[in-house]
Amino acid sequence: MAQMNLLHAINNALEIAMTENERAVCFGEDVGHFGGVFRATNGLQEKFGKSRCFNTPLVEQGVIGFANGLAAQGSVAIAEIQFADYIFPAFDQIVNESAKFRYRSGNEFDVGNLTIRTPYGGGIAGGLYHSQSPEAYFAHTPGLKVVVPRNPYQAKGLLLASIRDNNPVIFFEPKRLYRASVGEVPTEDYQLPLGKAEIVTQGSDITLLAWGAQMEIIEKAAEMASADGISCEVIDLRTILPWDIETVANSVTKTGRLLVSQEAPLTAGFASEIAATIQKECFLHLESPIARVCGMDTPYPLSLEKEYVADHLKVYEAIKQSINY
Amino acid sequence: MNTDVYKESPVVHQPAFIDGHSVEIPILKILKQDGNVYDGAELPEIDQELATKIYKTLAFHRVLDERMVASQRQGRLSFYMTALGEEAASVGGAAGLKPQDMIMAQYREQGALMYRGFSLENFMNQMFSNEKDLGKGRQMPIHYGSRELNYMTISSPLATQIPQATGYAYGQKLQGLDAVTICYFGEGAASEGDFHAGLNMAAVHDCPVIFFCRNNGYAISTPSDEQYAGNGIASRGVGYGIKTIRIDGNDILAVLKATQDARTYALAENKPVLIEAMSYRLGAHSTSDDPSGYRTREEEAKWQAHDPILRMKNWMLANNWWDEEQETSLFDKLREEILAAVKVAEVIDKPPVEDLITDVYDEPPALLKAQFEELKLHIKKYPEAYPFTAGRIK
Repeated sequence: MAQMNLLHAINNALEIAMTENERAVCFGEDVGHFGGVFRATNGLQEKFGKSRCFNTPLVEQGVIGFANGLAAQGSVAIAEIQFADYIFPAFDQIVNESAKFRYRSGNEFDVGNLTIRTPYGGGIAGGLYHSQSPEAYFAHTPGLKVVVPRNPYQAKGLLLASIRDNNPVIFFEPKRLYRASVGEVPTEDYQLPLGKAEIVTQGSDITLLAWGAQMEIIEKAAEMASADGISCEVIDLRTILPWDIETVANSVTKTGRLLVSQEAPLTAGFASEIAATIQKECFLHLESPIARVCGMDTPYPLSLEKEYVADHLKVYEAIKQSINY
Repeated sequence: MNTDVYKESPVVHQPAFIDGHSVEIPILKILKQDGNVYDGAELPEIDQELATKIYKTLAFHRVLDERMVASQRQGRLSFYMTALGEEAASVGGAAGLKPQDMIMAQYREQGALMYRGFSLENFMNQMFSNEKDLGKGRQMPIHYGSRELNYMTISSPLATQIPQATGYAYGQKLQGLDAVTICYFGEGAASEGDFHAGLNMAAVHDCPVIFFCRNNGYAISTPSDEQYAGNGIASRGVGYGIKTIRIDGNDILAVLKATQDARTYALAENKPVLIEAMSYRLGAHSTSDDPSGYRTREEEAKWQAHDPILRMKNWMLANNWWDEEQETSLFDKLREEILAAVKVAEVIDKPPVEDLITDVYDEPPALLKAQFEELKLHIKKYPEAYPFTAGRIK
């Protein structure tokens, strides 16, 4: 065990993956000698050489196009998109190519060896182009897996699982927590399962569900509610696609209430998908409408960020409304 | 940081704009239309055996295209795309490579797959999207692919294969393989952002990839002079720092020579090459297109006189490697075989309904399995509405 922040945990996972397999390659804008703008790939070029950890030209569609070809060839392609806000030039390569590579060829070819890492989310005074949470766009695409860790331990285990999974994975890293989240992380190799949610806190009155950096927010709100005598079951979804309906449905069957919180805007976010599925699975067990506490339907603000975000107070209020419905 | 390139620039003190058309690009021609070779032309490595294989592939291509368009017109096939008039680009390109080289094509390069030996049955099964299609009946006709033959499955979105070819070639280089990647695309697709991404990255990362542009004059109805204003696609190679050649795409010997030399260079130096093959799309874009709406018969007739297959035949005849009797018997045999293969493939069953959910992931996720169970119940309830699958549900 060692104390690591989320960046160290990711760096450590990459180092393990590249040591284990000499065909594993890390690349992206500023990823090489400099080690990435957040330093997630720090030291990898030094250790594994320029041919396995390198800068790419500034062209996101090229980074992912290149990664698709490299993965199809049999190499382990670990591509970084510097900010999730800048993933959209690569949207076609991800949605039409990565996601459909195996299906369209009848399994003659696949890009199962592809992992796309990208920092997402707000809370860093990044304004509208350094704060977005675009997971729902990708969750609408069969063929992709979408994974979001909440802390260093989760980040290392889920990233190693993503790299080794035989499907293309988009791994969203909560950049607000890169240095802020510190915890005990095993130095050795381990994996956490994809497609499995984790019950972080057991409870009986209401289920709170989130992923990534938003987990901190709902845990804080759960503590406040607990002081009021409300027992919250807190769940980290961890994988957005394919998501663990069973764990969430079992919890809501038990508690009778569900609150989903996400950083992204409300309309057509992944919380909406969860709400639709759980009302079908748990209709007769629900004591109140499923609550969604999300970002507002605006671009991500800068100076009014504090007002905009789905913070712990908004979650706390929604918990009380649900309980008192 | 590398700014040496600026140090070598001559310094001027009056503005000196470089003309956008100042790069002169020669065009390689080896074979004349009458079958004679230009004086002083450097021939590719070719003997009677290779020439015969290439010619038979070209003939197969021509007859298959002709028969499949007819089948589409008869309503037997949903869609087709010919490569009429530009078959030499794909067939000659494949002939200049080794079997272990990856071919990443756009969609009008079935000739390369024919050269590699994809069987007539495989072509038919793909076009009729039946249960024997390697692609499991998921893509429209002509979207072929074969791992065994190193021919990447075709994807409809244009130019996406270009940066992928760069990445594929990078992987080949990392492994130290005796293999390169060839990437085909049209002059229209070269307007896509992926073209820029793929060529620039290949040059920066020293990838053994051959970018093969088929400049056939049209992107559906849009002529090339409405596609770009520069000196074709070749001039862009210079901008990326890529070794570049322009060739007569209807000259099979020029295509073969350029590809053979490009392969040698790409592999020895770990560098990309750009080939721009000038040709003309004599056929429609696809069976859903009618060129009479955007070009004249006179224009087409001019290019019919440059038929690449006839040109190669003339050369074969001049070499005494081929005769008219062989010609007649080959084309008759091909027509017969293809017609028979259509009759077989068109009555083979559709893929099983299970193929709806396989290969989306390596294993279908729980939710997808549940959706499939619901679908099966629904089909069983209304079997007459789903006649191809109702009787085969397990």
